[in-house]
Amino acid sequence: MTEILDIVLLSFMIVLAVAVSRMQNLFMAAMMMGIFSFLSAIMFTLLDAVDVAFTEAAVGAGVSTVLLLGTLSLTTHEEKVVKKNNALALLVVLITGSALIYGTLDMPQFGDPNAPVHQHVADRYIEKSEKEIDIPNIVTSVLASYRGYDTLGEVTVIFTAGIGVILLMGHIWRKEDEQ
Amino acid sequence: MFIAAMIGILVTMALALCRALLGPTVYDRILSVNMFGTKTVLFIAVLGFLTGRPDFLDLALIYVLINFIGTLAVLKFVTYNDLGADPEK
Repeated sequence: MTEILDIVLLSFMIVLAVAVSRMQNLFMAAMMMGIFSFLSAIMFTLLDAVDVAFTEAAVGAGVSTVLLLGTLSLTTHEEKVVKKNNALALLVVLITGSALIYGTLDMPQFGDPNAPVHQHVADRYIEKSEKEIDIPNIVTSVLASYRGYDTLGEVTVIFTAGIGVILLMGHIWRKEDEQ
Repeated sequence: MFIAAMIGILVTMALALCRALLGPTVYDRILSVNMFGTKTVLFIAVLGFLTGRPDFLDLALIYVLINFIGTLAVLKFVTYNDLGADPEK
């Protein structure tokens, strides 16, 4: 049953991806990317990764569509047409793509209980995390406690990026306020 | 029963996709994106009952909110060509 759903949804995604890459009007392309994000959110839900699906819907379909539109209102609506053939770029893309596919051959099957990711610390999280951390959701306790320093690092990176944007844009905003 | 509903949703998704790809006007595409968001919500709801685990219905509800805000932003962009525009002016 889920296999059929996977096939139907993935063929929708392929049609959309081809359509987006061939589209000259960037507003239409931004809209199509919104649909693409909804489809990938469904795919994540089908794979039982509900938290990832949630992020994909909020960031992909929600915020990034708005950000793309904001960019379009500052630039232009039409893509610059490139006439000349770029065989080198196609070659690089093909080589990178086949290298990535070759890399997936080593990976364990989807849902394989013997996969390394299920062997290492997962059992301890499943058995003891509720007692140790006192949070019923295992994903939350891993993110907020077992990998707390990792999450702190991520927050630091985002904070630094925010400071960078304010430093770069701050004097422009201040000038606009004074006028 | 749920399988029939799922097939119906997939067919509607395909039709919305056709409208989004063919156009011809901007509003056809906005409507199709909005409709696709609604179909996503229905899909997740039906999928929950189809697999016997309707735990993720609240996720579908959040999708409705995201879809609504996204459509508002798109319509504001089409009308004023600027996301920060003040409609009063």
